[in-house]
Order: sequence, then C-alpha cells, then structure tokens
Amino acid sequence: MPSSNDGWSFSATAQVQRHRSTSTECGYIMCFNNSATAGTKMEKMARVTTSLGSNTISGCTMFCHLDAPANAISVCRDAAQVVVAGRNIFKIYALEEEQFVEKLNLRVGRKPSLNFSCADVMWHQMDENLLATAATNGAVVTWNLGKPSRNKQDQLFTEHKRTVNKVCFHPTEVHMLLSGSQDGYMKCFDLRRKESVSTFSGQSESVRDVQFSIRDYFTFAASFENGNVQLWDIRRPDRYERMFTAHNGPVFCCDWHPEDRGWLATGGRDKMVKVWDITTNRAKEIHCVQTIASVARVKWRPERKYHLATCSMMVDHNIYVWDVRRPFIPFATFEEHKDVTTGIVWRHLHDPGFLLSGSKDSTLYQHKFKDASRPVDKANPEGLCFGLFGDLAFAAKESLISGGGDSNRKPYGSGGDRRYPIFFFKKPDLTEQFAHESSALSVFETDLESSRMDWFVETARRYLLSGKPFGELCDHNAKVAKELNRPQVSTTWTMLRIMYSDPGNLATATSISKGGSIPLMNSFNMKEIAAGGLGSESRLDRGKGEIRQDTIHLDPGNSLINNNDENEETEGSEGPADYLFGDAELEDDDLYPMEHENPTAEEAEYSLPQEAFPLRHEIVDNPSVPEHLQDKVDSPHVSGNEAEAVCLTPIKSFSLISISQPLYESHLPASFFSPVVREMLQHYAEAGDVQMAVSVLIVLGDRIRKEEHWYTSYIDLLQRFELWNVSNEVIKLSTSSAINCLNQTSTTLHINCSNCKRPMSNKGWICDRCHQCASICAVCHHVVKGLFVWCQGCSHGGHLEHIMNWLKSSSHCPAGCGHLCEYT
Amino acid sequence: MDISDGTGRWDGLGSRDISTREIAMENVSQEVLSRAEKIGPICEEVIQPLRSPVRSPDDLNWMLARLLMLSRRCPYADVREKCLSVLQNVQDIGVRIPRPLGQGPSRFIPEKEILQVSKVNAKTQVIFEDAFAALGRLDNISLVMGFHPQYLESFLRTQHYLLQMDGPLSLHCRHYIGIMAAARHQCSNLVNLHVNDFLQVGGDPKWLNGLKDAPQKLQHLGELNKILAHRPWLVTKAHIEQLLKAEEHSWSLAELIHAVVLLTHYHSLASFTFSCGISPEIHCDGGHTFRPPSISNYCACDIANGNGTLDEIQGNHALTDTPCEVEALMEKMKQLQECRDEEEASQEEMATRFEREKTESMLVAAAEDEDSVPTRDVSRHFEDPSYGYKDFSRRGEHVPTFRAQDYSWEDHGYSLVNRLYPDVGQLLDEKFQIAYNLTYNTMAMHQDVDTSMLRRAIWNYIHCMFGIRYDDYDYGEINQLLDRSFKVYIKTMVCSPEKTTKRMYDSFWRQFKHSEKVHVNLLLMEARMQAELLYALRAITHYMT
Repeated sequence: MPSSNDGWSFSATAQVQRHRSTSTECGYIMCFNNSATAGTKMEKMARVTTSLGSNTISGCTMFCHLDAPANAISVCRDAAQVVVAGRNIFKIYALEEEQFVEKLNLRVGRKPSLNFSCADVMWHQMDENLLATAATNGAVVTWNLGKPSRNKQDQLFTEHKRTVNKVCFHPTEVHMLLSGSQDGYMKCFDLRRKESVSTFSGQSESVRDVQFSIRDYFTFAASFENGNVQLWDIRRPDRYERMFTAHNGPVFCCDWHPEDRGWLATGGRDKMVKVWDITTNRAKEIHCVQTIASVARVKWRPERKYHLATCSMMVDHNIYVWDVRRPFIPFATFEEHKDVTTGIVWRHLHDPGFLLSGSKDSTLYQHKFKDASRPVDKANPEGLCFGLFGDLAFAAKESLISGGGDSNRKPYGSGGDRRYPIFFFKKPDLTEQFAHESSALSVFETDLESSRMDWFVETARRYLLSGKPFGELCDHNAKVAKELNRPQVSTTWTMLRIMYSDPGNLATATSISKGGSIPLMNSFNMKEIAAGGLGSESRLDRGKGEIRQDTIHLDPGNSLINNNDENEETEGSEGPADYLFGDAELEDDDLYPMEHENPTAEEAEYSLPQEAFPLRHEIVDNPSVPEHLQDKVDSPHVSGNEAEAVCLTPIKSFSLISISQPLYESHLPASFFSPVVREMLQHYAEAGDVQMAVSVLIVLGDRIRKEEHWYTSYIDLLQRFELWNVSNEVIKLSTSSAINCLNQTSTTLHINCSNCKRPMSNKGWICDRCHQCASICAVCHHVVKGLFVWCQGCSHGGHLEHIMNWLKSSSHCPAGCGHLCEYT
Repeated sequence: MDISDGTGRWDGLGSRDISTREIAMENVSQEVLSRAEKIGPICEEVIQPLRSPVRSPDDLNWMLARLLMLSRRCPYADVREKCLSVLQNVQDIGVRIPRPLGQGPSRFIPEKEILQVSKVNAKTQVIFEDAFAALGRLDNISLVMGFHPQYLESFLRTQHYLLQMDGPLSLHCRHYIGIMAAARHQCSNLVNLHVNDFLQVGGDPKWLNGLKDAPQKLQHLGELNKILAHRPWLVTKAHIEQLLKAEEHSWSLAELIHAVVLLTHYHSLASFTFSCGISPEIHCDGGHTFRPPSISNYCACDIANGNGTLDEIQGNHALTDTPCEVEALMEKMKQLQECRDEEEASQEEMATRFEREKTESMLVAAAEDEDSVPTRDVSRHFEDPSYGYKDFSRRGEHVPTFRAQDYSWEDHGYSLVNRLYPDVGQLLDEKFQIAYNLTYNTMAMHQDVDTSMLRRAIWNYIHCMFGIRYDDYDYGEINQLLDRSFKVYIKTMVCSPEKTTKRMYDSFWRQFKHSEKVHVNLLLMEARMQAELLYALRAITHYMT
C-alpha cells in the first residue's frame, strides 16, 4: 500500500433531525361561516360520532371465503356488519367475535343484471338500512335493507354514460348521495327524487374518486384520471372552487383527514401518497409517501393523526399502514392477501385497532392491528453511500458502532483512517410506538489528491474533439492522456490516428522514424501494453483492487500495430518502469518490468513463433521477418488471428509485430479496422470509461457508427462534474438527434413581474398588469436588459457591474432597504 | 461485423448542421463515384447481386439505392439535390442507376395527397428531421403518418425508445423480435427494414435463416408470438410460465415485457402497413429496380397507385353514386346522441347486443383470398404458418368474455409495464391517448362534428372482436354507425391484414379524405395493440400472483 495516499480525512455535517411535536391536539375548531344550518348539522354529527365511540370493539384476525373477487367493502355505522361488493358478489356479513357470518345476499334474481356488477359500495353512516352501489355499466343504485321483499333494490339512477367509479353519501345529510363516473361528471342525488339534483362537470377526464369533506358541510373533493384534484362547493355546480395537480397520472383515491379539516390524502398511479393541506391559499403538499406500486385506496387511521392505510392496485398484495412523517418504511403491514387488495376500511371510526379488507383473491379479512407485522423490526438499519467525489457515508446501529469489532470494519484506504461518528437521537414519539433507531453516521472523505475522478475532469477539459484535422486531434489527445499518466488510453489514440489517417498525413507524423536509417520496427506484445496500462493505473488507486484491473486491460487486437515515435517517446519520458510485461489477469505483484532495448537488439532477441500474428502488409525492407509470414500477408481475417492471440499464455505470446514504412504505401481501407475499433470502444464503455468511448466516437466522426446511450451517460457524467462547456460541446458534436435536441430544450425562460408577481408577457420590459418596469437596477434605476444580479436576502438587485461597484463601497443594499447585502 | 463499417459515413447526413451534412455528402459522393468508375460502363453483373438477401453497405448497388432513397426522402433539401446530382453523375459514367418502383409511400393513397418531404410545415419538418437523424432514413410509414403529426411524434418517440434506448433486451434481439412479429403477418416491408437494422446492430446473419437457427430463448417466444398475433385470448399463465421457467433459456420478467411490447407493436404496425398499402422502402428489396422503365410497366404502376385517369373517373363515379353517405352517418350519430337519454335498453338487451356484435364479427368474411407474394421469404421467421385468426365460438370453443373493467390498461396494464420496463408504460399511455382522442372535428366535408362517438364505436368494435367488453357501452351503437363494408375492412385489417386490398380500402367511407382513413387506421392499430397487450399483461399478472 502506498503510504503517500493520505486516505480518508474527516468531514461531517451534523444535522439533528427534529420532530415537530405538533400541538393540534384539538382539531375541533368549529368555524362555520357558511350558514346557520350548517352549524347545527355539524353539531349533530359530532354528537352522533362521539356517542358511537363508547362502544367497545373486540375480535381477532379472521377471514372468510367469498364466492367471487371483491371490488369494494364498506362497514355499517355500528361496526357490526360489513358489505362486500364486486362483479359477481353483493353480500352482507356480520362481524362476530371469531368469524364472519353471512347475513344477506343482495344479489337476487335468476339472471342478475349488470346493475349488480359493482365497482364501489357505501353504507350510509347515518341510516343503517341504506346502501349505495356504483355499477360498472354506469348505474347508481341504492338499496334499502328495510324492505320486506327479497330484492332490496330501492332506486336506480342511470344518468351516467360510463362506468361509475365511486359513490359517496354525505356524512350528515341522510338523503344526499354523490357519484363520480368515467364520463367525467359528478352527480349529486337527492334520494327523495327520481333524478339528480345537480351535475358537476370536471371538464376533464374520468372521475376516480369523490369524497365529502367530513368537517365542511358543503365541500367535496374529486380526483381525476389526469392527475388533478378538484374541490367543489355542493351549491355551485357551475365551477369548481379550486383545482390543483396532485399526481402525475391518474389519482385513484382521496380521503379527508377525519380530524383535521384541512388535510386531504391522495394516492395515484405514480405510486405516491400525498397529504395536502388545503387550508392555505394554494394546496400545499405537506407529506409524501413513496410506495412500491400504484395506490388504489387510501384511508386515514382513526384516532391516529399521522397514520393512514393504503393498498395497491397491481402487483403488490399487502396493506400498509404508514406514519406519514416517516415515509420510507411502513409502520405496519398486513400480508394476508394472495391477490391485490381492492377495498380497505377501518372497522370503526373511533377504533384504530381493526381493519377490514376485501381482495381479488375472494377473501374478506379482519386484521387486528396488534397482529400486523412491523417491517421496521426486520429492516436493516445500516446504510452505505458513496458521494460524488468518493466520499463515503456509513450509518450503522449505534450499538454496533460503540461495541467491539471496530477493527473489522476499518474502511480500507490507508493508515490515516479516522472515524468521526455522529449520533442521531430521536425524541420518543408520543403517539405511537414506532421502533426507534438511533444510528451513528460516519462520513469518510477521500483525500482530494487521491480522488480518482480528477483525471476525468482534467481529461474532459483538455481533450480536443473537433476543430483540427483528425491526426492532430488524436495526437493532442494522446498527449493529454499520457500527461495524465494513462498510457493505455494514450496508445489507443495514437493507434487510432494510424488506422484512420490518410497515408499522406501519416508520413509527417512518423517523420522522426524516417530519419533513422535502420529498417524500422517496433516490437510489442499486445499483452504488455495492456499490462503496462494496468501497472500505472493501479498505482493510482491501489485501493480499488481487482475490479479496476479487470476493466482496464485493452483489447489485444488494438495493439497489433504500434507506432514508432510513440515507442520512442515512452522510452524517453517514462523510463523502463512504464512498460510492464505480464498478463492482464495477473496481480500487481506479478507484473515485472520489461527491459527496453533498442529496436535492433529486439530484432535479434525475439523470434516470431509460428502462431503469431500474420502480417497483413508487404514487408519489404525487413530482412528479419521470416519467410512464411509473407505468405500470409494478404490474409483478410483479422478476427481469427486475434482469437488465437488471446488464448496464448502470457509468457509464450511474445511476438513481434513489425511495421515498416512501406505499410503506408499499401492502401488499407480505414473501414478495415472498424470491427476492432468498435470492439475496443465497446470494451472501454463496458469498463466504465465512457469518456474514452465517446471522445473517440466524436473524433472519428462519420468513420464509425454512433452509440447513443454512451453519449447520454457521458453527458450525464460531465454535467455532474459541472463541466457544462464540455457537455455542450459533446451534445453539439453528436450526430444523433435525440442527443442534439438536448441543448434545444427548455431554452425559454419565464419571468414574473417583480412588482405584481404575475407572469410577464413577452412584449418588452413593462408589465401588462401593473404597468411598471420590471427588473429595474437599484443603482441606476434603469431597466436591466441582460445579466441581472440580485441579493437573495432582500431580493434587490440590478446590473451586475453596478451592484459590484456599489458593494465595493457600501455594504448596505442600494435600494435602501437596510439589508446588509453580500457579494461573493 | 463488416456491415457496420460503411454505414458510418452516412450518419452525418442526418445532422442539423449544414456544414456537417456537406462534409458527409462530399464523402459519400466521392466514395460512390470512385466505385462507379471502377466498375465502369458494364451493367450486366450489376443487376446480379441484387438478389442476394444480405447486401453489404460497401456494395455499389446498395449505395445507389440508398442515394435514391435519400434523394426522395431526406428532409433536407440540400441532401436531396446533391443525391440526385450524384446519381446523375453515376449514370453519366455509364453505370445503371436504380429507379423507384411505385409512386409514393402508399399504394392506396395518391402520392400527391401525401405530404411531400419538401413541403411540410415547420413542426412536421422537425419531427421528420428527428426521425431521419435517429434512423438515417424516413420510412414510408412515417410519411403516411405525417397526416397526423401529433400522433407521429408520439409514435416515433415510443418506437425509438423501444428499439434504441435502454432496455432489458439487446439491440439485435429487439429487431429480431420485430422481424418475428412482422413475419407473422407476412409483412415483408417491415421484415426487410428490420433485417437491415438487425444486421446493422451486429446481429448474427445466421438467425435470418429462420427461427430454428435463432437461440433457443427466442424460439420459445415463437409460440407466444403466434398466439398473440392471431388469438390473444388464448394466452394463459402457463405460456408465461413456460417462458420464465425454462432453465438456462428462460426469460426474465423485464425482458418478457419488453418482448411483449415489441411483439404487439409490430403486429399492429403490420396491420397499419397493410391497411395503408405502404409501399416497400425505396432502398429495400422491391422498392427500386435497376431495369429501365418500359411502357407497360409504367402504366400498371400508375394505375395501381391511383394516379391513372381511368381510376379517377371511377372514383368520381362512385362519388356521385352515394352522395349522402356521410350525411346519413352524421344523422345517425345525432339520433343516437338524442335518444340515448330517453329509451334505456334492458340489461339483458345490452348483453345480447354485445354477443350479437361479437358473433357477427365472426361471420363477416375476412375478405377474399388473394395470392400475396412476399418478396422475401418471410415465412421462415415463424413456425406453423397455418395458424391464423380463429373466431370465438367456431368449433364450439367457448372463450369467456374479457371484462375491460376488471383489467384495464389505465389501471392495471400501465402499472405492470411501468414497473418492469420503466417509462414505456408512460410512452404507450400517451400514444394510446393521443390515438383515442385525436380529432379535428371534421367528417369529410363537414366541420365542427363531434366524432367521439364514432371513434369510440370503432375502438370498441375492435376490442369486441377480441372479446373485450365494456360494461358501460351499448353495442347497439356499433351496428348503427359502422356499415358492413367498413366492418369487413376492420375485421380483415385487424385479423388478417395481409389480405387487405386496395378495393377494400376504397370501398369504405368513400367520401372521406385520405387523412381521415389514415386516422381510422391509426385507431385500428392502437386498439389492436392495446387488446393484445391487455391479454398478454393479464396473463403475466396472473402468473405473478
């Protein structure tokens, strides 16, 4: 291990996570400015609900088989019965201590009509005889259990043109029913009448859910397939009160918080559950839970302010109970169902202990909360993450860290290894017994000098990708690579130049060699180049170990030809240590230096084994080349020979590749090398050096086919390192449209007027609304056209130059607001 | 491997930068001319290599064909002109140059109706340029879809993502699956296109000898391909299991989703290709000829393209024949709109209407048999050529109706696809929506018509043919709105598209514009794709649960 590597120094930013101990214990602030009647209604409701609270619920986790998949379930007010509805089922079960008992089958008649095919069901919370269902054919049906006949169907509304997705009774008004349908309409029915009393048009796609606000008599929320949520006043069917975009894609469900009037939970196809505070002017997202599948239903847990239950529509069959403040892991999970859960409902609206659920697997479950599994108990409280610049953060259980075994977990690196644990403490949560983990977080910062991505940045900055003849670009880049101690890359560039340059250009490039009177010859084992590259690279970051090594060795085929002046240069600058013999698979220790001898000596020393590379060019003035090789000169198949070469053992594979001047006279089409080069690029890209691959692609230009996804990843990397100029150049130079258009997107900048905060139209510098000049320089009081700099503290600003000058002499804001501005 | 060499030099032609294009063009023209000079004014042997199925890009003929294609199809005027002049030069040297067969992108639609690459509006131009840059060509399909740029954009984006962006399958596998799917419908156009692409991304030419020479893993996919193309309702969990549990040849779920999306995409694209009478690409087999034009040849060509005067006269005749067809249709739509609220059909009635439509769709003869001669032997890319669309209850085979409400694209299909193959769900979703909602509020010569009812009828009719039922749809509407010849057309196109003829294309909705017929074809294509996808995804979901 090189001791020069100072290793990991320390940096840590302590950040204590605080928990808001919110003090909204009493959410019962009754404030009705709508009308007097509303007030009385609410009082009534409050009385009713509290009186129910006295009942005690008991039971256990239990289930029963249904005959058919369920689509929705709903409980009776007194929590003693549950109704299950689906395409082929419509039944009422009584909840007993240990089992479900079928009470009533509402699906009667020999040939049940589509009106029985339910998408949703709701039991009235005031009248225990009243049920409503939403049918897939667009009908809204109400059922009266008090009817003496077998068929309990009460009313039938067939006003919707498409499937009805949701029905909802008003929480306090006995006769009011709301429905939301695929056709984009919501309808409000008065059950005493034959038809709807009002129709609300969402002016958009299908309605997925409608929910009356529990606390606000007139308000209901509707969620839509296009991602919007609308809030309506039941008295104003012409226009929604408010609309906001809640999700990307359909919003499948929403639920009002039972206590907090302003909270609405929504779940969507984008796998998110969001909690919105709508008491403010604009709906504000206050919590967000990311689940693993699209969210089909969401239900707040009674008596627990921050808990809600969700189930998903596809793939995932579990029911999760989340604490919205800890969105990364479910608080509790119910894993009983074998197919997707379609309906969930808390058994009683004041009892958080029991959850009922229906599923496509044709079962109905009662889950006792105590039996739920707690994922947090099984979760792994350790975390490990690499930072962009090689920093490493590691969090582990406090007990683990403070306990023994320290020596085992020493981060690799070097002697200067220090750890600075930071401890996070959480205040015990008062409301619920969420398992608390306190972990120690250690951050290891790599020494800047050994930060191995330096070469990347440097290379990106210095490479030339266009603007010069091909040969010069290659030479330049080869030089850059060499200076950065990456001889393998450098060699690749040089070889590329030879392969693709016109003979004419090459002649100049190799003029040095021409000077010599001895027949020119380079001898190289291709393996040795691979290993040479390796040797120096691995010195750079020894700590990275074998992974790095595997990725580096060069495709042997590329070293078929070597350039002479390249050879001489290496000799001069790097000395013998630079080139190492050995197989790529060998460990560092196995590499041994190759002695560099002058070409003539080499000639004498090495002989060409028969199975070595057949030469593809006429070799005229090289007497040492064995005769038989010349026979193979015209062999067009490179690939076969490469394969042969690869399987040679490292030591035996010493072979001579001789290239002499006449090579350039014999015309070899550049395309001849393309397969090899392609393979080489592939290799670089797969090894993670996408920079090399893309740079070569760009420099080669139309000499080779493009690979789009390399571009994207290289651009991504460049942008992460904030090499905007380089990334833009790469974007510009790529021929692919998908890449090219990257710097043509979002070139529009929208600005708001600084006075009235309204968006500015594109006409001139004067705001249409307040007729004031926007963006006036605080120093010269003229409109700023061009660079505008402003203080983030007081938001005053102006011409860059003016502000700079001003702040040289004064530290106060030029607008006179008294803020102490800082310019850095 | 050697295929990729020569193609590089063509790439620059797709650049937006004019100087890059010039350099690339210079490059190409030099190469071509030097080759042409080498060959000299002998043309006998030039024709010969045409027959070889796999042509190398260094072949002069290949280059010439490509130049010809560029001279017609390149969205950049400078490249078009330059290509023409290069071709002219080559001819002057004495080498025979190719000549496009047929007159335009489509055999059914006169070329003058289709957007010319030279005169399109800015938005379409940008789309065309993008497409051209991505693939180095602008295929006939895109040109015909150019009637509906909004859709075209989404279509190309999706296709590009499926074929070229990150995904679980390797590039050549994707093209091979495309070939398999298109071959199921004997769509030689698509097969040829993708054979070229397949070779270009480094696919093994051996695979092209037939499915038996492809890896075992792809062979397993043959069965799913067959069923999905013709009787998607038969796809079951077992099929999926076979693919996923085949030891070393097994597919991963993500790969399977990718494959399924590709299969359905190309099945339905084959439908579109046939239904619009897309001509072979100019630079592919059958798109050009090196033979000099002869008089007789020319005429036949013209007539087939609807450019002949004779045909126009017939067309006019037909037009005067049924002047009120459109009006009648509009009247019906209006009636349905009005009376819907009044009389409500009973549930039983609704059910029988669906059944009736379903059974009737079987009785609609799937068009007369016609001998189609695929230029490339496409049948070797699949097995069991006799397997075709079979109607639901023939031979007493009863298939349960698929309830759209129980497994819909929006709720279930999307989630599954997006979970296993991120972003594709979104792309497909957008594509379906654009296709379903696309309207210009016109019908033939009438403006401001709400066509949603008609579009829904077409969409649901196609799903009905596949047994997918919407509870909230009154299938009586279909009977009112879609006349028999239209139903024949839909049925043929969806179930055995290779049998589509120009006569069928002409015989439905005679007064409608070509762009509207293409619109219908887009609807058919997307509805078919969705139906197939739904069956496949449902099977996968069943497997997963």
